[in-house]
Amino acid sequence: MENEKENKFFSFIQKSIKENIRQSTMIIALLAIWLIFTFLTNFIFISPRNLSNLFLQSNTIAILACGMTLVLVAGHLDLSVGSVAGFIGAIAAVLQVKLNMPTIPTILLAMIVGGMVGVWHGYWVAHKQIPAFIVTLASMIAFRGAILGITGGQTIGPMKDSFKAIGQDYLPSFLYRITPKLDQFGNAIKDSYGDVVTGWVSIFGGKFYETNQPPFNDISLIFALIFIALFIFFQIKKRQSRIKYGFKVLPLNFEILKIVLLSVVIALFFSIMIFDKGIPYAILLVIGLTLLFSFISNNTPFGRHLYAIGGNAEAAKLSGINIKQRLMSLFVIMGVMTAIAGVVFTSRLNAATTSAGQNFELDAIAAAIIGGSTMGGVGTIFGSIIGALVMASLDNGMSLMNLDVTYQYIIKGLILLLAVWADIATRKKA
Amino acid sequence: MNGDIILEMKGITKEFPGVKALDNVTFQVKKGEIHALVGENGAGKSTLMKVLSGVYPYGTYNGDIIINGKVQTFKTIKDSEKARVAIIYQELALIKEMSICENIFLGNEKNKNGIINWDISFSETTKILKEVKMNANPSTKILNLGVGEQQLVEIAKAIAKNADILILDEPTAALTETEADNLLNILKELKAKGVTCIYISHRLKELFQIADRMTILRDGKTVCTEERKDLTEDKLIAKMVGRELTQIYPKKQRTAQEVVFEVKNWTVYDPSIDEKVNHNINFVAKKGEILGIAGLMGAGRTELAMSIFGVWGRITSGEIFLNGKKLKLKGAKDAISAGISLLSEDRKRYGLVLNQDIKSNISLSSLEKISKFYVINKNEEIKSSNEYSKSLKIKTPSIEQKVCNLSGGNQQKVVIAKWLMTKPKVLILDEPTRGIDVGAKFEIYNIMNELVDNGVCVIMISSDLPEILGMSDRILVMHEGVFNKELLREEATQEKIMYYATGGV
Repeated sequence: MENEKENKFFSFIQKSIKENIRQSTMIIALLAIWLIFTFLTNFIFISPRNLSNLFLQSNTIAILACGMTLVLVAGHLDLSVGSVAGFIGAIAAVLQVKLNMPTIPTILLAMIVGGMVGVWHGYWVAHKQIPAFIVTLASMIAFRGAILGITGGQTIGPMKDSFKAIGQDYLPSFLYRITPKLDQFGNAIKDSYGDVVTGWVSIFGGKFYETNQPPFNDISLIFALIFIALFIFFQIKKRQSRIKYGFKVLPLNFEILKIVLLSVVIALFFSIMIFDKGIPYAILLVIGLTLLFSFISNNTPFGRHLYAIGGNAEAAKLSGINIKQRLMSLFVIMGVMTAIAGVVFTSRLNAATTSAGQNFELDAIAAAIIGGSTMGGVGTIFGSIIGALVMASLDNGMSLMNLDVTYQYIIKGLILLLAVWADIATRKKA
Repeated sequence: MNGDIILEMKGITKEFPGVKALDNVTFQVKKGEIHALVGENGAGKSTLMKVLSGVYPYGTYNGDIIINGKVQTFKTIKDSEKARVAIIYQELALIKEMSICENIFLGNEKNKNGIINWDISFSETTKILKEVKMNANPSTKILNLGVGEQQLVEIAKAIAKNADILILDEPTAALTETEADNLLNILKELKAKGVTCIYISHRLKELFQIADRMTILRDGKTVCTEERKDLTEDKLIAKMVGRELTQIYPKKQRTAQEVVFEVKNWTVYDPSIDEKVNHNINFVAKKGEILGIAGLMGAGRTELAMSIFGVWGRITSGEIFLNGKKLKLKGAKDAISAGISLLSEDRKRYGLVLNQDIKSNISLSSLEKISKFYVINKNEEIKSSNEYSKSLKIKTPSIEQKVCNLSGGNQQKVVIAKWLMTKPKVLILDEPTRGIDVGAKFEIYNIMNELVDNGVCVIMISSDLPEILGMSDRILVMHEGVFNKELLREEATQEKIMYYATGGV
C-alpha cells in the first residue's frame, strides 16, 4: 500500500519532468553551475550577498531577454538592442545632467524614444519586408554613432538620486534599518547552517543576536509573503476553474505537495535577498516584467499569434492574423523594453558612457537560446530568464575565481554551443 | 514476368513513442513488377518505405530487409541508394532555386577530384530527360516548372542513380489527369527496362491501370498481397478499411434555397508576373447546396478562392455580396469575421503550424472570440478544441499532441476544425481530400453534408472528378480563368466536365 503510493508519486514526478524536459534540464544545469562555483570559490559564490549581486547583474540582460524571446519566437532577431539601450541611457543622462529634468519625465521620455525606435524597425520589417536581421544590424551600427554624438565622447553623470535608486537601491526596511550582529551562538548556527537558515529560525523566535532585532528587511519579507500568498491563491483558483470545466486535475495531495514545494522555492529565492539588504527595486522590476511577458506570451491572442507567425507565417496569414500589425507591435514592445533596460543599466552605473550596452544584444540572444528559444515558434519567457541567470552566473563565478577574461569569453561561448546541443539531443529523445 | 523475389521485408516492426506504426509487416516484391502498396493514411505505408530507404536507420526497427537474397543494414539514405533503391517522396524534395541538372546530380555530382564536370552533367541530363519524355533545358530552374514536370525531374533523378527499385509515394496526388497518365506511361516503360516499382497511391483507378500485384496494409499490419486480376475496387476498399463501404459518397437529397453568396465581375491579376488570372467572373452560391468548382490544375480556381479571401493577387474589379450585403474585405481577418472561411489546398504550407499542438491549431483563428479584455480563456480553448476534435473524430491520444505527429487525414481534420470554430456562413474547401485515405475522405464528406444541413454554404474546389460528381449539387467548370459552363448534378458526367475544362464550348 505504502509502496504503491510511493510509486504513484514518483511516476508523477517523472511525468512532470518529462513534460517540461527542456526547462527542468535548464534548472538542473543552473544548479550544477552554482554547485561547481560554490566549491571553486570556497562557498563565497553561494553567500546571500553574492547571489543578490548575481541577480542584479543579470537584470539588464533578463529585461532584454524578455523582449528578445518574443522577437525570436516570431522568427525574427533584434541586433540593435545593445546600441539602442546605450543610446537611450545617453539621452536619459543628458536630460538629467545637462537639462536637470526630474526622474519620472526622464524615464517616460526614454520609453517613448524606445517605442519610436521600435516603430522605425517595425516599419521596415513589417511594411517593407526587409529581414529584421538587416534592419537591426543597420541600427546597431547607426545608434553606436548616435551615442557618440549625444555624449560627445564623454561619460555623463552622475544621475539624480531618485534615478540612481532604480538600479542601486533596495526596498526600505520599515522597522529595522541595521543588520544586527550575531552573538556567539548565532555565529555557530550560521557556520553550520548558513545565513538563510539562521535568518528564518530567528524570525520564528530563535535568539541569536546581540540585540533583539532579527536580521531581515521587513518590507521585503512582507512583500515575499504576499507574493507567495497570491501564488497559492492563483493556483487554487486555477484548479477550481479546471474542476468547473470538468477537466482532469491532480489528486489533492499531489496538488498540495506541488504548491508547497514551489512556495518553498519562491521563499528560498526571496530569503537570499531578505537576509541581505532587502529586495532591490530592479529585481522587483524584472519579476514584474517576467510575469507580464509570460502572461502576454501564453494568455493573449497577441502572444499566441507571434508563435503562429514564427511557426508558419503563411498559415498564420491565412488564419486571419494581421502579420504587419503584429510585427509592428512586437518591435514597439522590444523598443520599450530596450529603453527600460537602458534606464536600469544607466542607473546602476550612475552615468552614461560611450561603450554602454556593447554586446548586450548577443547576451540577450544567448540567454534566450540557452533558455530553449529557436528562431521560429518555440521559446518561453521563463526559460530565457533562467538563461539570463546562467549567463550572469558564469560571469559572476568566473570573476570571483579571478579567471582571465580570455577564458571567460571562451567558456561562455562553449556553454552556449553546449546548451543548444543538449537541447537538440533531448528533443530527439523526447 | 520474372518470378524472382528482388526485395523481401520480413517481420518489420517499428515503434514511435506511444504508437506501433508497423507491426510485424511482411512485404515481398518480384523483380520487374509494379507493386502497389495500399492502405488508409496512417496504415504505415510511408513508414515502411522510410524503413526500406534508410530514413529510419538499421537498429531503430525490428525485422530484416533482404535485397537480392542479401540482408541489408541501411544506416542512411546513401546506403540504400548504393543498394540501388531510390525513393520519391510525397512532398517533392527538389531545390527550387537550382537547375534541373543540378538537382538531378545533387549528392552524386559528376566530378573528378571534387571538381564538377558540367559538360558531362548536362549531356547526361539531356539523355535522362528524354527517357522521361521531358522537353526542357537542363539549366531551367525548378521553380519555373509545373508540379507535373517537377515530378518527372524526381523520376529522372532516380534514373540517374541507376535505381533497380523505385519507390513512388503518391506521385500523382498533385497532377492533372493528363500529367498523371503521362507519368504512368513512363513507369510502364521503366518496367519494360527491368526497373522494379513500388507504387503508393490513393487513386485506386491508377493502381488498377498499372499495378501487377498489390499489398494491402491496415493499422500497421499486412492484410494480404494479391494479383491485380483477383481484385476489384470494391474488394480493395473493403480490405483497406476492413469493412464494406456501401457508398463512397454519402449523398443526400437536398433542395437549394436562397442565394447566400454572390461574386460579381471578379478580375484578378497575378502580382508577380502581372498577368490576368481570373477575368470578369460571376457566380452565386446558395444555402443548402454544395457548389463544386471543377477544372484543370492551373485553371485559376485556387487563385479565385484566395483572392476572394483577400490573401492573394491584385483585384482590379469585382464585388462580393453575403446575404445581399456588399462586403469590403481587406484581408483574411475581415473575411473570417464576415463569415467566410477558406480551407487551402496545401495544409502543411497554408493550414497548419506543424510544431504546435492540435489545440493551438484549432483555436488559432478564433482566439479573439474566446478572449475577454485581450486575455484568452484557456479552459474555454481546451473545451472547444476537445469538442471539435471529438466530433470530427481526430485520432489522437490528446489535443496536446503536436500536429506534425498526425497522419494526413487527421491533419486535414484539424484544419477543418479550425475553420468550423470560426462559425463560417460560407466555407470554401480547396481540394479538401487531397492525399487522404478513403476512410477519412468518407468522414470529411459526412462533415460537409452536415454543414450544409446546418445552413452553411459550402463551395468545393476539387480536381478529383468522381468527388466533384459525387458531392456537388451544382458544378461550375473553370477553363483558363473563367467559368466555361455550369452543370447541374443530374446532367454532369466525367466526360462533360473534362470537355468544358479543356475549353470546349
